[in-house]
Amino acid sequence: MSELPTDLRYTSSHEWVRLEEDGTVTVGITDHAQGALGDLVFVEPPEIGTELSQGEACCVIESVKAASDIYMPITGEIVDTNQSLVDEPEIINSSPYDDGWIFKIQPADEDDIEQLMDASTYESELEDE
Amino acid sequence: MLIFEHSADGRKTKIQSTSGNQMPTDIPAAFLREVKPGLPEVSEMQAVRHYTSLSQKNFSIDTHFYPLGSCTMKHNPRVCNSLAMLPGFLSRHPLAPEKNSQGFMECMYELQEMLCDVTGMAGFSLAPMAGAQGEFAGIAMIRAYHDSRGDTARKEILVPDAAHGTNPATATMCGYTVKEISTLANGDVDIDALKAAVGPQTAGLMLTNPSTLGVFERRIEEIAKIIHDVGGLLYYDGANLNAILGKIRPGDMGFDVIHSNLHKTFSTPHGGGGPGSGAIGVAERLKPFMPMPGVKKVGGEYQWLTKEDCPHSIGRMSAFFGNPGVLLRAYIYMRLLGREGMQRVAEFATLNANYMMAQLKARGFQAAIPDRYASHEFIITLKKQAKELDVSAMDFAKRLLDLGFHAPTTYFPLLVPECLLIEPTESEAKEMLDGFIEAMVQIQHEAETDADMLHNAPYTMPVNRLDEVRAARQLDLSWSPDSEA
Amino acid sequence: MPFIPHTETEINEMLSVIGIDSIENLFDEIPAHLKIKGLEKVPPGLNEMSINRLMQKRAAQDGQPLCFIGAGSYDHHIPAAVWQITTRGEYYTAYTPYQAEASQGTLQLTYEFQSMMTALTGMDVSNASLYDGATAMAEAVLMAVRSNRKSRSRKILVPRSVNPTYTRVTETIVKHQNIELVEVAIDTATSKTSMDALKAFGGEDITAIVISQPNFFGTLEDVDAMTTWAHENNIMVIAVVNPLSLAILKPPGIWGDAGADIAVGDGQPLGAPMSSGGPYYGIMTCKKAFVRQMPGRIVGRTVDQKGREGFVLTLQAREQHIRRSKATSNICTNQGLVVTASTIHMSLLGPEGLKQTALSCHANTQALVERLSSINGVEIVFDQPRFHEAVIKINKSAADVLAKLAEQNILGGLDLSEDFPEMKDCILVCATELRIAEDIETFASALAEALK
Repeated sequence: MSELPTDLRYTSSHEWVRLEEDGTVTVGITDHAQGALGDLVFVEPPEIGTELSQGEACCVIESVKAASDIYMPITGEIVDTNQSLVDEPEIINSSPYDDGWIFKIQPADEDDIEQLMDASTYESELEDE
Repeated sequence: MLIFEHSADGRKTKIQSTSGNQMPTDIPAAFLREVKPGLPEVSEMQAVRHYTSLSQKNFSIDTHFYPLGSCTMKHNPRVCNSLAMLPGFLSRHPLAPEKNSQGFMECMYELQEMLCDVTGMAGFSLAPMAGAQGEFAGIAMIRAYHDSRGDTARKEILVPDAAHGTNPATATMCGYTVKEISTLANGDVDIDALKAAVGPQTAGLMLTNPSTLGVFERRIEEIAKIIHDVGGLLYYDGANLNAILGKIRPGDMGFDVIHSNLHKTFSTPHGGGGPGSGAIGVAERLKPFMPMPGVKKVGGEYQWLTKEDCPHSIGRMSAFFGNPGVLLRAYIYMRLLGREGMQRVAEFATLNANYMMAQLKARGFQAAIPDRYASHEFIITLKKQAKELDVSAMDFAKRLLDLGFHAPTTYFPLLVPECLLIEPTESEAKEMLDGFIEAMVQIQHEAETDADMLHNAPYTMPVNRLDEVRAARQLDLSWSPDSEA
Repeated sequence: MPFIPHTETEINEMLSVIGIDSIENLFDEIPAHLKIKGLEKVPPGLNEMSINRLMQKRAAQDGQPLCFIGAGSYDHHIPAAVWQITTRGEYYTAYTPYQAEASQGTLQLTYEFQSMMTALTGMDVSNASLYDGATAMAEAVLMAVRSNRKSRSRKILVPRSVNPTYTRVTETIVKHQNIELVEVAIDTATSKTSMDALKAFGGEDITAIVISQPNFFGTLEDVDAMTTWAHENNIMVIAVVNPLSLAILKPPGIWGDAGADIAVGDGQPLGAPMSSGGPYYGIMTCKKAFVRQMPGRIVGRTVDQKGREGFVLTLQAREQHIRRSKATSNICTNQGLVVTASTIHMSLLGPEGLKQTALSCHANTQALVERLSSINGVEIVFDQPRFHEAVIKINKSAADVLAKLAEQNILGGLDLSEDFPEMKDCILVCATELRIAEDIETFASALAEALK
């Protein structure tokens, strides 16, 4: 069973989201997603300053046999990206919820986060897959 | 050992080139190269020996049974090569005048005609240089056709979920969005899903028939009607043409445009990844849109098609005329087969596939679609072995190499878990098929008794399983003298 | 039956295993009214002796004329070993190397090829080839549009001195993606891209520029100045090069301030016969930063479980079989066999052999230019530093004169007026290392006679 922190919010495309104290929102992919993709070999973080709507593809991650888009969990502007992933994408495999964060958003509307799934809803969605 | 590691500074193979020229004085130094390029400096014997021994690390049709599904690895007759490489053909400049090109152009014209005949299409263009380029030409023609009628609201190409990855990639290159249509468990397109998906936005449907699941699409006429009724066009991906060659023609099934992989059905060599040819055939209404160039016959003379012949041509696909060396080989092959030989291709390709499927089923293997006849290829799914014995399709594939057989296509189509897509082709003899079946039985036995051994196969190849993660993370894509340090 | 080995006994055994009476049963699912009635245009089959006779006749019919046409296809000497080894069954009849363990020959050779391409071009990485030079230019344009994040215009500058067919093919391939090819004028005295025309685009949002070296007329472009100007304006540089010329010319990797960003070309001069236009192959190289935007197959070196060196297809997540509609290109089959020939060709010639070949081409073309300019009615149009092609203008109809020469089995060059109406009666000529003094004299005498 994959790890699933209860203090995060989730999307059905397997991103996790954490509201930080400064009002920004950190985004990564879930333990389940990294496990399904396998050893990651490449992450292309989005460009800082880009404004994107919820659901837009903003970033690509690749394993040897698969490539996957990461979608904006909520509308906002990209304000920071995890540059250490460029050289060491495997950090996502080893630490999906901490060191393997991918980018930070300044949300257009903080309340959007409330629409995302909590851990138990995401967990039951995973079981249905 | 790399060729560069045989190199010694200053070694020259003088026989291969002129010598004694000095750097020109009429070219200013700013245009010239200062440092010699890091190419190998080896003798002819070193090069010949190196590349001969490298070749021996390959499996090929000439050395091994190669039942790679969807790739039609049939025998490549040697005479096709030797005659296509006659000096008269090799030394013809692509821009030579028509008068100095009648021999070549006659072959190309007759090839177009024969391809029309075996596919039931009204016109054929030999321009595309590979299957994917043929697809591009076909979808570009569909777009040009709709545009020419002022019908510019069609934005969508439909593709079954079992399709080759080139289909959606091509549709995107032509500016279309892709909508996937699901497939039923029996291998047919889900007609209800198709009906729900079509509409005024539909530009066309790309279909492979028989499909990548190795069965014939029985309701093809109904599918054609659904697409045509909404004003869309029907595209035939010719990857599996070998299954129906001489039995049924895409044109008669209602397809408007098709590509034929001459490197599959018409036996031109795959060359370790090309060159191929994706010649495309069209129904009458698409003839004005064909890519250039093409050959026509006027009186007793062969001429290049002009703008007047194809007023709405989608344009040129290559610098000259596709891959003529490939086209010549296909022409020779078709002339060797002739009318009667052509009609037997599908029969024996299908006989071989169904024989293998029956034998494997009788030995406990699970076919993906067990209750229907296979086309020229069929799918074995190893999901039971994966679950119960922890042995994957990849393990079977790698072990087959040890037993002297190239592996079938693995993990395609994506719809079938742990699959092997097996295509024997008509040119394999029964003894070879039996040998392969015995090898599968042996591997199954090994899976039951020593699964770990299979996880590390192959054992007899120049290398065993390679670290693909390292290859992608620590990119090493070219040698340089510094990289050895 | 041609290429079908089954005996009657075997057929019957196989049918009984399947549990049917005749092969025809296997086609029961095909609606009967759709089944083929018979073929009309495919003639009865020939045996090997008859096809031999037919093809010998057709090949001989085209006469092997003395060729002074270049324009993207060049008549070079190819060492005998090249195609003898290339057509070994192990190369000739292998598929794309999906099973790496059983394809180390093709994979290692491709890695060596990539290394030779980066050595020649001075670029960081090379792929395993595209279809030809023209489609390589088209793919480079698509790649630049994906790569140049500073530009949103999707406008590509294409000087009029770029091979017009390459531009046309690029147009065919990129036009569905809202990409605009913008022509840049040439200096009519030199045939070089006009720096004034170029500078008029300064400050505009332009995605990339195509720079051809040598250009279509054989003239050497001011690649350093063009490259530097482009980069100053955030424009990516796509070099289109003749790989043979790189044995003596400055490689695109060090043009101008920082080198070209993408370099493409046609590999034909390195071991592929002219053969009516193909198969050749497209060269595709780039700076490392853009490798993930590169289309086509790429081979990487790695190790196996025992630590032994080995080669695999890598970065496959860019490709159509994984990314489907989001792939960098729809390409899968490339021109592997010609790449095999080319790799062997480059090994046999080495840096010195290639350099001597390039120098001979240049020297023979200069000799040709000099000899032709001595004929009454011939003038040299662009008297500029060149590689191995030149433009002459004659005082009679170029079409008529070329037809007259062709009757004497001489291909006297390419009539430029079709693609360049402003160059009436201008002919593009080329002399490779094979067109020695004797050939040049034959051509010159025939031309002098035709112009009388």
